[in-house]
Amino acid sequence: MKILVCISKVPDTTAKIAFTENNTKFDTNGVQFIVNPYDEWYALVRGLEIKEAQGGSVTVLNVGGAENDPTIRKALAIGADDAVRINFEAKDALATATQIAEFAKAENYDMVLFGKETIDYNGSQVGGMVAALLDQPFISNASKLEMDGNKGKVERDIQGGKEVIEVEAPFVLSAAKGMAEARIPNMRGIMAARTKPLKVVEASASADATEVVSYELPPAKGDVKLVDADNPAELLELLRNEAKII
Amino acid sequence: MNVIVYANTNQNKVHKSAFEATSYASQFASKHGGKVTALATAEAEGLEELGKYGADKVLQINDSKLADFKPELIAKALKAAAEAEQAEVVVLSHDLSGKSVAPILAALTKGGLVSGAVDLPNTDDGFVVKKAVFSGKAFAHTKINAEMKIISVMPNSIEKKENSKESNIESFDAALGDSRLNVVEQKMESTDLPLTEADKVVSAGRGLKGPENWEIIEELAKELGAATACSRPVSDMDWRPHHEHVGQTGVAIRPNLYIAIGISGAIQHLAGVNQSKVIVVINTDPEAPFFKSADYGIVGDAFDVVPKLIEAAKEMNLASN
Repeated sequence: MKILVCISKVPDTTAKIAFTENNTKFDTNGVQFIVNPYDEWYALVRGLEIKEAQGGSVTVLNVGGAENDPTIRKALAIGADDAVRINFEAKDALATATQIAEFAKAENYDMVLFGKETIDYNGSQVGGMVAALLDQPFISNASKLEMDGNKGKVERDIQGGKEVIEVEAPFVLSAAKGMAEARIPNMRGIMAARTKPLKVVEASASADATEVVSYELPPAKGDVKLVDADNPAELLELLRNEAKII
Repeated sequence: MNVIVYANTNQNKVHKSAFEATSYASQFASKHGGKVTALATAEAEGLEELGKYGADKVLQINDSKLADFKPELIAKALKAAAEAEQAEVVVLSHDLSGKSVAPILAALTKGGLVSGAVDLPNTDDGFVVKKAVFSGKAFAHTKINAEMKIISVMPNSIEKKENSKESNIESFDAALGDSRLNVVEQKMESTDLPLTEADKVVSAGRGLKGPENWEIIEELAKELGAATACSRPVSDMDWRPHHEHVGQTGVAIRPNLYIAIGISGAIQHLAGVNQSKVIVVINTDPEAPFFKSADYGIVGDAFDVVPKLIEAAKEMNLASN
């Protein structure tokens, strides 16, 4: 199996979210960046498990500038064989997907794996777009993937339940909880990651279909209003008469 | 601008989120002119009701290939409907169906997609849609520059408004081709109310000490007309089914009321619930971080507080509302 796992670089879950330049830019000051958890825990680890069972290769791909290289090395430390970075500022999902599809087209991967969404823009967009651009089937929010030769058996979350699907490679899939257990890189992996190949590919032409014009923080929450534990009925009164939601 | 709405159906019923998407489209069209056409890909209970929320017309595709969820074919159908109706805007719900269909549609039409919209488009300077980012910790105002504008609406973020139209159901044909997905089994949850669509949610965590203690949670939920949810450790230990897990790795929800019982409020849990309109926290530990994000709180033992809440809810007869 020739497997491509697309990874995004995102601020750590606990990062403080703030903006600069009149609320038009994300403030990266003091922010720790990580591999998007769904890409790492589910897509990458499942890709590695399939490779370990059936042979083949796992390549990780990131779209971004050289500042992303340390994050890409983290994915190599977990076990990917090699990495590709497309030198392009990923601002719009369709433009990013176009870059990935242009690269993947010539490489004939058996599967292209994504996490279900990134924890920064929460788009759930790029995977489905890459599938359509490559004219391959797309399975979103998959919680299980078993391969038997080039035949895949997938369980995916749908509205109100789950579906079991059969699909033949090549395909594009976005991974959700259940797909795999997170792996922690060991010292050998971290050492090996330093010398694994990281190829930089120049971007092809693409247009941004969307752009963020400004950011906004939600209004600060007021203090919690505490109700006496001996009189919980008061809580329901408040929810009815003050919050007006019951 | 004419608008197409994807009226997602499941098990022969129109989803609540489809009515929200229709109302979103209708509120937009009332302001900017244009017709709203809803597209359903199956015969379903509730199609005639789409008119109540502003659909001028309902198109229905009858194609046996669409009996299972086939996102690629649905995207093709929406594209064909947009062409037939000369629509420049397509609205979907940002639920599990929209998350799958919308990006395919965007790639097929070279459209600009804003997923998880929480407000109507602002057209003062271009076409700008507000969406939640950073797992609910901020919003982005995103401008769509492409000709085709695709919006997926965050469930429970747009108030459904009635705007009755005399809408007819017409059959619609489109060349969809074959799907490369073969659905072999469906495992549907028994609940009528998917967590993402519930107005009220009662959720509990490790503080409940064991799965045998969930009776009071279910009873409180029943009295409030709420769905039940749980924290990650609870679902990891199999105390509760996985589909009830809310948080960063589970489902993200946005109910009007979220009651968290025996959940400390780790940042990963908050990421899935921080967009709830009102948050109530019940915890024995007054230092539990969740209280900082809560609107109302009770410092107390769930086994003492929850039964009293159930009694009070019964007295107020909330279940019948």
